[in-house]
Amino acid sequence: MSSFSNNAGVYGQTGFLAFCKRNYGFMFILLWFVGFLIFRLYPFASSLYYSFTDFNLLRHMTSTHNAVGFDNYAFVFTDDIPLRSLGITFMYSFVTVPLKLIVSLFVAYILNYKLKGVNLFRTAYYIPSILGGSIAIAVLWKAMFSNEGVINTIMGAVGLAPYNWLGESDTAVFIISALRIWQFGSAMVLFLAALKGVSLDLYEAATIDGASKVRQFFSITVPLITPIIFYNLITQVVQAFQEFNGPFIITNGGPDGATTLIALLIYNNAFRQYDMGMASAMAWVLFLIVAILSIVAFVSQKKWVYYDDVK
Amino acid sequence: MVESYKASQKIATVIKYIVLIIVGIIMIYPLLWMIGATFMSNAEIYGSISPIPMNWDFSGWAKAATTTLGGSINIWQAMINTYLIVIPKVIFTIISSTIVAYGFGRFEFVGKKVFFAIMVSTLFLPQVVMNVPQFIMYNSWGWVNSPLYLPLIASTLFATESYFVFMLVQFLRSVPRELDEAAKIDGCNAFQILVIIICPMLKPAMVSAGLFQFMWSSNDFLGPLLYVTSPERYPAAIFVRSAVGDSGATVEWNLVLALSLISILPSLIVFFLAQRQFVEGISAGSVKG
Repeated sequence: MSSFSNNAGVYGQTGFLAFCKRNYGFMFILLWFVGFLIFRLYPFASSLYYSFTDFNLLRHMTSTHNAVGFDNYAFVFTDDIPLRSLGITFMYSFVTVPLKLIVSLFVAYILNYKLKGVNLFRTAYYIPSILGGSIAIAVLWKAMFSNEGVINTIMGAVGLAPYNWLGESDTAVFIISALRIWQFGSAMVLFLAALKGVSLDLYEAATIDGASKVRQFFSITVPLITPIIFYNLITQVVQAFQEFNGPFIITNGGPDGATTLIALLIYNNAFRQYDMGMASAMAWVLFLIVAILSIVAFVSQKKWVYYDDVK
Repeated sequence: MVESYKASQKIATVIKYIVLIIVGIIMIYPLLWMIGATFMSNAEIYGSISPIPMNWDFSGWAKAATTTLGGSINIWQAMINTYLIVIPKVIFTIISSTIVAYGFGRFEFVGKKVFFAIMVSTLFLPQVVMNVPQFIMYNSWGWVNSPLYLPLIASTLFATESYFVFMLVQFLRSVPRELDEAAKIDGCNAFQILVIIICPMLKPAMVSAGLFQFMWSSNDFLGPLLYVTSPERYPAAIFVRSAVGDSGATVEWNLVLALSLISILPSLIVFFLAQRQFVEGISAGSVKG
């Protein structure tokens, strides 16, 4: 029985007043509900509506917009620019997310050993996650990977030819990806907490049975921390598909559109050309992709995510 | 047998430290280099690997401290603008998220499960999808370039960032209900219970939520990029970006990096003062529990 729910029963009130009394906890979430309607649901729904129109913010001053049916969506799925942008976004995400998860799990695994100074390393590894989303760090990345930047200087020092990292389409997107992988700290902290929760008895038993460390890692550790792998996977995918600061600051979408991820393309359509209808359609395609990936992950979790409190 | 086991253990430990140190260098070197580069001449930045300048040069800092954007704003005013946005956001987020988390965590009401599910699902709603319609909405309200930064701040009054609500609900579950019950018997109403009983016990989670909101709002770039249009209202993120410029012309890196460093300095200090809360907070917000 929860604390505030049964007053009405006690006092025997009926009708509307009793209903209000019974549910007055709703008052505390009313704040959120109003905010949800105004700042989330209404924009979300209106964005679907705009995606079927030619709404242009500049033209909107003087005239209204027209319904264009599926024209915007047809454009997204047939024109080279949005198709290429989607392709780059997929490639970017499929490089960034797995690498970030592997690196963060690997580092967390080592940090989980009782070594001296582990906390110091953990703190150091976490700093990029805290600052990495800032413009300052994107600017730093741009400085480091520019032609005369420190990365090329280091390359020269070890006898390698300098490379035009941000100017060549085959590397530019990976430099942006590297910036995100470098921020593996928050995923690592979650993995570390999960690893600490794995019972040591299991490892002892496995060692007695003669299982190698590698075997133990894949047969004991990984299955037991699948809930956190799942959580990190979803949050990182949602984040990767929205990457904006990196391409905007470091490469400005270039060279030749090679780093124009979908979030940047949406921005360009909406806030450089004021083509809100097209931008909304692109945003909805992005939303559907993220939603489908999330649903696939949620449905498939029954197959691979281990919850020890399953009833 | 025992000897060789011990030896191999030692080697394993050494390997682990080597890995930790290499990763540590990758994580910290860029930041150290950034700090060092602000004390170098532009000529030295090109071609310097060491973060320690050979010839200390303070011209980058001197310029950073005084340079203005179109004569209307310098970095210090931009920093003030940043925290005119960040501090209200932090305070509003903590208050509104705590109230809502209390509602979800301690009461039963019709449709609670549905509301909670909706709230959690907005966690996965990409902000990119919301930008266009929110901009149209704020624009029609005349909020764009508002001196009070309304488009950036107002929604935090309504606990719209569900991550924090979720994190507080998770934490609230571990707070025993006995004290609530006792206070209720003593005649406290639900609001008094929230303030007198719940808030003190939720404090660690509220601090964590505030710290994360502080960092995220300080780093926020797209928000001010869309909603702050006149230079004298620019926060530091936009100021720094304008200093870099879109053009491919030669960038004065010591100036730009000094500006960048100034813009993240408060965040760095807050992080070092509150590392523990960050590390614990991030675990509290996850699916655990």
